[in-house]
Amino acid sequence: MRILAIFRAEMLILRRNLWIFMATLIMLAFALALSFAGSAPTGTLGVDMLTISVASMTTLSVYLAPLLALMMGFDAISGDRDRGSLALLLTYPAGRGEILAGKFLAHLTALSIAMGIGFGTAGAIAAWFGGAGSESLAALLRLVLTSILLGAAFLVLGYAISALAGSTTAAAGLSAGLWLVFVVLYDLALLGAVVMDGDGAFTQSIFPWVMVANPADAFRLWNIAASDAIALSSGMAGAASALPVWAAPLSLLGWPLIGFVLARAAFRKVEP
Amino acid sequence: MDNTDRNPVLEIKSLDKFRGKTQVLHGIDLCVRAGERLALLGHNGAGKSTLIKAVLGLIQTEGGSIRICGAQPGSASARADTAFLPEAVSFHPALTGREQLATFARLIGEKADVPGLLQRVGLGEAMDRRVGAYSKGMRQRLGLAQVLLGRPKLALLDEPTSGLDPISRQDLYAIIDELAGNGTAVLIASHALTEVEARTDRIAILRKGVKVADDTLADLSTKAGLPVKLRVKAQGIQADHIAQQTGGRRVNGASVEILCAPQDKMTELRRIAALGDVVVDIDMVPPRLEDLYRHYSQQEQS
Repeated sequence: MRILAIFRAEMLILRRNLWIFMATLIMLAFALALSFAGSAPTGTLGVDMLTISVASMTTLSVYLAPLLALMMGFDAISGDRDRGSLALLLTYPAGRGEILAGKFLAHLTALSIAMGIGFGTAGAIAAWFGGAGSESLAALLRLVLTSILLGAAFLVLGYAISALAGSTTAAAGLSAGLWLVFVVLYDLALLGAVVMDGDGAFTQSIFPWVMVANPADAFRLWNIAASDAIALSSGMAGAASALPVWAAPLSLLGWPLIGFVLARAAFRKVEP
Repeated sequence: MDNTDRNPVLEIKSLDKFRGKTQVLHGIDLCVRAGERLALLGHNGAGKSTLIKAVLGLIQTEGGSIRICGAQPGSASARADTAFLPEAVSFHPALTGREQLATFARLIGEKADVPGLLQRVGLGEAMDRRVGAYSKGMRQRLGLAQVLLGRPKLALLDEPTSGLDPISRQDLYAIIDELAGNGTAVLIASHALTEVEARTDRIAILRKGVKVADDTLADLSTKAGLPVKLRVKAQGIQADHIAQQTGGRRVNGASVEILCAPQDKMTELRRIAALGDVVVDIDMVPPRLEDLYRHYSQQEQS
């Protein structure tokens, strides 16, 4: 019930400061732009347009889902603390875990709406113009669900940062750093290591596991491994085939849980 | 008012709090009973807010104990029994007053008359406006409304009058009286000494983390034995003459200040009256809380 009270208040806030609207608009605009820009090679690969569209949107979501999630999450705790409203909230019977859970559910709902409408619309248009099969529809559904999971992982990481940072400004900076590390630098570092190692033991056995440990890469791998057509069109089948099927889902499902535990532990130490 | 037979709602025993290596609270003992209004006085940095946060369980303390109706601070039952009005209270600017208060009511798990409460604190007109558009005084009123939610056993009000105009202060103290009348133990932290004078049953004074006084206003006055101040206004250039005659002190061109013990007051007045025409006016200033505060603060210092 208390989680629900926090959830309702947070939903009102998200709606009123136009977060849901803006996030949906951003997702929609990018998804549409990519679907149409990526529709050219359809003929040469011999797959329907929705498949290509999903492959493009997968690439997009790797960057956008963590970004949107961190933008929502970074001031979840530090914002309340800076404003001075956190102390009062913490004197109410809701526990810190409940407060986090309420905020998380609200933010996740907002992300789901944005992802669902954005990817759904782009997918529907691609299917309308270029055709769709049952496999490509499943791929679209998978894309939406895994994007929400990816967002969930970065939401809770954002909360952890928000609790640890001294101020909202610091939290914003740290969030940008986190995004850069997970989404860009991590892959670059791995790429460098693989190039150095050549075809050695690291590339063969360790690299895929290190890669799947990153939620952003796990997201990519899950979408790619599940669909040959997308793997084909994204040219990333190698790493996916070296891992068991459960590796990517485990990583992507595990991160939101780990992140939540981390965030709660960090939140417990906060003295408003 | 005799409160000694009632159970203490808040009981603090030899509480110590360190911030880094500095000790910010030194062995504080404090007790507030049901229906009692206690003023906690002290300058900024005296440890009032720290003490309140410790009672709320928001910060850890190093020594001593706090019990709220027998429960640990921060425990579920202590939180359910306690209401808090932070200093310069703030809320999320995107929510309306009504939504914010409804959220708090849901957190307590109570079906509260939210519009009625907002009406009660004078926010009837503004309840559907966003808190972001509220003035400081309106936010303070909203803060007060959430204190009234759920019939608390203990209310902790940190500088409740800051940002309020005089009329709002009257309203505030009327609400505090009502709370206490319903059996809530009320602790008011303040440095606005004159305000709490007539509005509280007991006064505790904190100075640099040490409790230097804790008694009723009358008893504090008697114990301090503070002098009554007489201010005599002289005619023309007669101030020096009066100062010589009475042993008083010139304060400006035309006035003389005379200090005397409360029991010598009438004698002194007669003596001044005997001076005749040179005295134009006379003011009598009984010891005020400021004087008391200064007295008890300095006593501890020496």
